Amino acid sequence: MLYREAGEFKASYAADQAIFPIRQERSGLAIILAIALIVLPALGNDFLITSVLVPFYVLALATIGLNILTGYAGLVSLGSAGFMGVGAYACYKLSSLFPEINIVVWIFASGFFACAVGVLFGLPSLRIKGFYLAVATLAAQFFLQWCFVRVGWLYNYNPSGAIEVPVHTLFGWPVTGASATPRTRYYVCLFILIVMTWVASNLVHGRIGRMWMAVRDMDIAAELIGIRLLHAKLLAFAVSSFYMGVAGAMMVFLWLGAAEPEAFNINLSFLLLFMVIIGGLGSLIGAFFGAALIHALPILLRTLPAALGLDLGSATIEHLTFMVTGGLIIFFLIAEPLGLARLWQIAKQKLRMWPFPY
Amino acid sequence: MDLHYKIFIDPFVQMGAAPDLLVQTLWEGFVSGVLYALIALGFVLIYKASGVFNFAQGIMMVFAALTLVGLHEKGVPAFLALFLTIGVMYALARGVERLVLRPLVNQPDIMLFMATFGLTYVLIGIGELVFGGNPKAMITSELYLPKGAIDIQAFGGFVSLQKIDIAAAVIASLMVVCLGFGFQKTRIGRALRAVADDHQAALSVGISLNQIWVIVWFAAGLVALVAGILWGARSDVSFALQIVALKALPVLILGGLTSVPGAIVGGLIVGIGEKLGEFYWGPLLGGGIESWLAYVIVLAVLLVRPQGLFGDRIIERI
Repeated sequence: MLYREAGEFKASYAADQAIFPIRQERSGLAIILAIALIVLPALGNDFLITSVLVPFYVLALATIGLNILTGYAGLVSLGSAGFMGVGAYACYKLSSLFPEINIVVWIFASGFFACAVGVLFGLPSLRIKGFYLAVATLAAQFFLQWCFVRVGWLYNYNPSGAIEVPVHTLFGWPVTGASATPRTRYYVCLFILIVMTWVASNLVHGRIGRMWMAVRDMDIAAELIGIRLLHAKLLAFAVSSFYMGVAGAMMVFLWLGAAEPEAFNINLSFLLLFMVIIGGLGSLIGAFFGAALIHALPILLRTLPAALGLDLGSATIEHLTFMVTGGLIIFFLIAEPLGLARLWQIAKQKLRMWPFPY
Repeated sequence: MDLHYKIFIDPFVQMGAAPDLLVQTLWEGFVSGVLYALIALGFVLIYKASGVFNFAQGIMMVFAALTLVGLHEKGVPAFLALFLTIGVMYALARGVERLVLRPLVNQPDIMLFMATFGLTYVLIGIGELVFGGNPKAMITSELYLPKGAIDIQAFGGFVSLQKIDIAAAVIASLMVVCLGFGFQKTRIGRALRAVADDHQAALSVGISLNQIWVIVWFAAGLVALVAGILWGARSDVSFALQIVALKALPVLILGGLTSVPGAIVGGLIVGIGEKLGEFYWGPLLGGGIESWLAYVIVLAVLLVRPQGLFGDRIIERI
């Protein structure tokens, strides 16, 4: 009843092909943006902002990156954490070599380094497919993680082997480091996320996105209709690693504040893949759903038993998190292989009909 | 010039100068290669029979070993614990078939692959919840596995062979022979191969897919248990062994997903290659290259042969 397109007339092709063709969707998006921009920072406490929302934004960005590669171009990657690490270390090096330049510039610039590394490890994808490619990308994961440990230059020969983020300012406001307030970091994160989601949305809805989807569905057929596979696959690797690099830089600079090479281990790669799968392959909104679910799960499991008066040890909760995550993945694959994004679509369809059965 | 010398000449000079060290390194590589092959064998079994790339194979290995050690810690005699563990692996195979594989029949391969990811996490969770996350020592002496080392005087030096390694090589070879025999000669083996060839055709001649899946997952569980005991005897049993299990993936890919001999050759190449690389070329790069060398070897091989060394040729039709 409330959610339907009746009475909305399209006067141009552009209006007809808009991503949000219905007024309710546009206003819904505006409300979500308003909540994210005004309500949450105004009402949320520091815990909510620093350990729920900022990580969620970072992970959502990385998930969008992996979704471009796996969901849109059909190339399974298990090396995503490695590419995130490249972004983080590039940003660290750049900002320590040229500290006077705006940190947000470096966060974006570090994406290009991840992009270059991603293209390099994406080259085998031209010959290797499916499971074989997934294992080949493990090479990137382990090799890059080894570099973060062994190449002292990357962490400025810091004896602890970790990278620590100094204070950087943006127009006079401290953005990173100890003196930055959670709200400043929140806004910087949100700004980057909105800009990059908008770019991703334009990419996947345009010619490039269709090219990727054709390659995903059947690459030989795509080649026959004139898509250059080299171009399409490497572009997917490049764009996806760019996103993951930026997300990695954000993770260290705006969320954690310091990172060891272990932060970019294979478990992070797996988690990102889960977010993509649970959220829905080939869906941007799914990336947000997946990131929210997988990130919120441990937090919920930590707070819920305490709220119910149960006292479980922290180790038990960690193990439970593993079990529940794994169980959820299997459950979702069986119940809805297309992920939360598909459920959202079904819900929208139901809303159109409501309150009538058909 | 100096770098070229260090890469191309110096390692070989070292090999020639100390042949006992070379033999020692080769032996270590051989043993770890055999053990990698043993893990990879579990993958091949399941992949051949059901087309599922079972990511959880490595965790099944750790889970089996942990169950065995955990039961023994709770006061169960060693051999009873072994039988109970076999029972647990059978229950696991049944559970996986009923709860994961059957509902996901006819889904794309990638979905089943992801489901085994989920299974991995569930198994890690259960294992740590029940048996705790601390590393445990494998009960080698209780299972009458030999201990200690044999020193052989050869090539002007000592070559030290751990007895457990010899046992591992013998047991692993026995397993491989048994599995090969089972695949080729027995009724169940023929049924397995039929299922691997074509699910529908196999169904139509009266082979029960569900039953076959339980059998292969159980067989893979047994292989995992043996691999777990042998790996556990070399280092402690804990989920850190997962990293070792991940090494089985390049082994598998190198040999080709569908080939049992491929898994063995792949295991030996990776095992020997990474030990030699670490020992002779590792210091050039600062050490620790064992963690990624296997993957890079595989990457190089795949660029030349995308289906692995012994894999069935990938034919694509539109």
